[in-house]
Amino acid sequence: MFVSSPDRGASEFPGALVRGVCSACRDESRLAQPAGTEREAGDDAAMNFDFSEEQHQLRDQARRFLTEHATSKRIRQVLDGVAPYDRAMWQEIAAMGWLGAGVPEEYGGAGLGHVGLCVLAEELGRSLAPVPFSSSVYLATEALLVAGSAEQKDEWLPRLVAGEVIGTLAWAEGNGNPSPARIKARVSGGKLTGAKWPVPDGGVADVAIVVARDESDRVVLALVRLGSAGVHPETLATLDPTREQVKLSFDGVPCEILPGDGWAALEQVLERAAILTAFEQVGLAQACLDMSVAFAMERHAFGRPIGSFQAIKHKLADVYVATELARSNAYYGAWAMTAGAAELKLASASARVSATDAAWLAAKENIQTHGGIGFTWEMDCHLYYRRAKVLGLSLGSAPFWKDRVVAALETRNAA
Amino acid sequence: MDFEDTQEEAAFRAEVRAFLAANAEPKKRGVPARARHVDAEALSRAKSFQAAKHDAGLVGLTWPKQWGGRELPQIFQVIYNQEEEAYAAPRGVFEIGLGMCIPTMMAYATPEQLTRYVPKALRGEEVWCQLFSEPAGGSDVAAVRTRAERNGDEWTINGQKIWTSGAQFSDFGIMVVRSNPDVPKHMGLSFFFLDMKSPGIEIRPIKQASGASHFNEVFFTDVKIPDSQRLGAVGQGWRVALTTLMNERLAIGDVPRPDTEDLLDLARSIELDGEPAINNVSVREKIADMHVRSQGLKYTRFRTMTALSRGQTPGPESSIGKLVNAAKLQEIASFGLDLLGAGGSVMDKDLAPMHAMFQEALLASPASRIAGGTDEILRNIIAERVLGLPGDIRVDKDIPFNRLPSGKR
Repeated sequence: MFVSSPDRGASEFPGALVRGVCSACRDESRLAQPAGTEREAGDDAAMNFDFSEEQHQLRDQARRFLTEHATSKRIRQVLDGVAPYDRAMWQEIAAMGWLGAGVPEEYGGAGLGHVGLCVLAEELGRSLAPVPFSSSVYLATEALLVAGSAEQKDEWLPRLVAGEVIGTLAWAEGNGNPSPARIKARVSGGKLTGAKWPVPDGGVADVAIVVARDESDRVVLALVRLGSAGVHPETLATLDPTREQVKLSFDGVPCEILPGDGWAALEQVLERAAILTAFEQVGLAQACLDMSVAFAMERHAFGRPIGSFQAIKHKLADVYVATELARSNAYYGAWAMTAGAAELKLASASARVSATDAAWLAAKENIQTHGGIGFTWEMDCHLYYRRAKVLGLSLGSAPFWKDRVVAALETRNAA
Repeated sequence: MDFEDTQEEAAFRAEVRAFLAANAEPKKRGVPARARHVDAEALSRAKSFQAAKHDAGLVGLTWPKQWGGRELPQIFQVIYNQEEEAYAAPRGVFEIGLGMCIPTMMAYATPEQLTRYVPKALRGEEVWCQLFSEPAGGSDVAAVRTRAERNGDEWTINGQKIWTSGAQFSDFGIMVVRSNPDVPKHMGLSFFFLDMKSPGIEIRPIKQASGASHFNEVFFTDVKIPDSQRLGAVGQGWRVALTTLMNERLAIGDVPRPDTEDLLDLARSIELDGEPAINNVSVREKIADMHVRSQGLKYTRFRTMTALSRGQTPGPESSIGKLVNAAKLQEIASFGLDLLGAGGSVMDKDLAPMHAMFQEALLASPASRIAGGTDEILRNIIAERVLGLPGDIRVDKDIPFNRLPSGKR
């Protein structure tokens, strides 16, 4: 079993984290095992609604690595435009096997199941690590897992897992939430034409899954190599410069169509990404709450720590409550995703709505708790504030997901 | 993460299901779970159910075997409660006695006293109540003014308690009283148990804003208590009271109605601007907001159960349940009535949708944000015990109780 000691250098992390620890939790059915029981999943019978010991170890190791490496200084290099992402951190993360946590072993993944990936997502959210993890893992890798042909999986998944290529997903065409009616990009004669924005990490990605329409107007997912002639990337100014957003214009670019109904596949990818992102948002909310509490204990005004004033205590208690509700909803999402439960639509939308709410509340009240210093450039409060809002927009904003919650409830109650 | 009982837990669950199927009525849709008043008939039904539960070995699950318990881990009590949720089982009458009073007795009473009182309480033959709150001490529980004066082996009690659930049908009670007003607040208290039929006790029901009466005022005029019924040392009553409060029953997740599903039903059944209200965007957003809070609590409870199942003690984080539920209830009730427009003001059961559930909840919900710890106290508890923020600065800490300013109310 891999055990880290405080003086262990980063070079000793590779491989060990994901690959060494969790042989006991390889079997996804052990992580989530609802089917075939006499009770329904939503029933009051969960006696094991927590991560396993191995997953907790994975978390500890991820936290140690990210605390050491995803420092404010390194995040700010990306913020200040020195680089579009932290390449060295990305390579170490790849070497530790994180990119393949949710990918079956046949494609070079760790086969830990999505619960392991959820653990990592929470830690990445807490740390603000400036790497294209969400684009490459939650979006591109998941899209290939959901909709890729056997050949496409064989060709791309091992390279995505190894970090040799970075992937992304381009669904948006300007303002607005996901809707088939908004898709105008067109594939004709195997060539893609159109413009997608914002595309996360679209400037550093090697491959994109692009949502487009084919000759018969059906929505399809098109795989595009972004190094091809006719791809014009344009970096956009964004709310959160620690995560790149790009406009990608395609001018008759060769592409490969992923088999099946493109819109149905996109919805599945968004649902999974919503749950993984919910864990990032929970991690971010917890980080903000921890910062707020630490500051409120330190900072004195009127002769006492500001954390002794009920105006602050009650505010932070509310942040705690929102974060715990979000965490519990995210856990349920993790279960639903791993178990392939029929409630995935409801569970993913609930996790997203709850986590978006918690992250936003925690990030804005963190600045408020800090007072004047909270809105200075030098404090990290604004980094969390920026990230919180962007995470809440990236997969479609709250109204879109709230509507899905109710649509899922209506379907459930009609049945 | 899975949803499986252990073998032992599954066997116990089966045992509970068999008992309930044979001894209790399943809950009916649209019928309020809790009666507005406990009358003589309801009391007698509750007592026979408790006796049956006792004879089936399903009471005192976590208690010592010596006192009729089964010494099981707390998760088994949770399993029992979960299963009982589906039934209209009358359990409220004994909750305070078995959940708070008797555990306090177990910590402080003599073996002879326990032999006398515990078995009858457990079988539901005798009912207990708890007398802590006073008109001048709500959230500030230690601000007790009811006086206890000692005369040899006897104490004389004068004063008033309030918000006492079940006082009118209780046989015994536990109470915290002020035995010395010349020392600071927490230091001058003593703790007793007493016969609720003692001369000098007068019990008056409190009619609540909703019209229901769940609580009483209890007046004490020269009530005599033998010193042998003191629990803990003279002046150490606060410490004993803390034992009682620690035993507050685990939140078992009674979800107050109406909840999200009821709001959804309502929104589907009525029209707004010529189409079903459920099609309205703001209605949908509200339902989604309420749903994620309900579900968040539900899965937080799963996490608590997991901790219990693993033999860990759930922390004060379980206090978020009441805080979230109470506010949500008020918000759902108010929003539901907004959907009804002017008609929302009508409580007539023939006209108001769903047996006037939303109107009833609107009137009852303010109490749920106050009783058993106000929203404000719960936020303090979370801030101090979970987040580790400093306690309030106490201006009354070093001042004799009888020199504290008291205010007009």
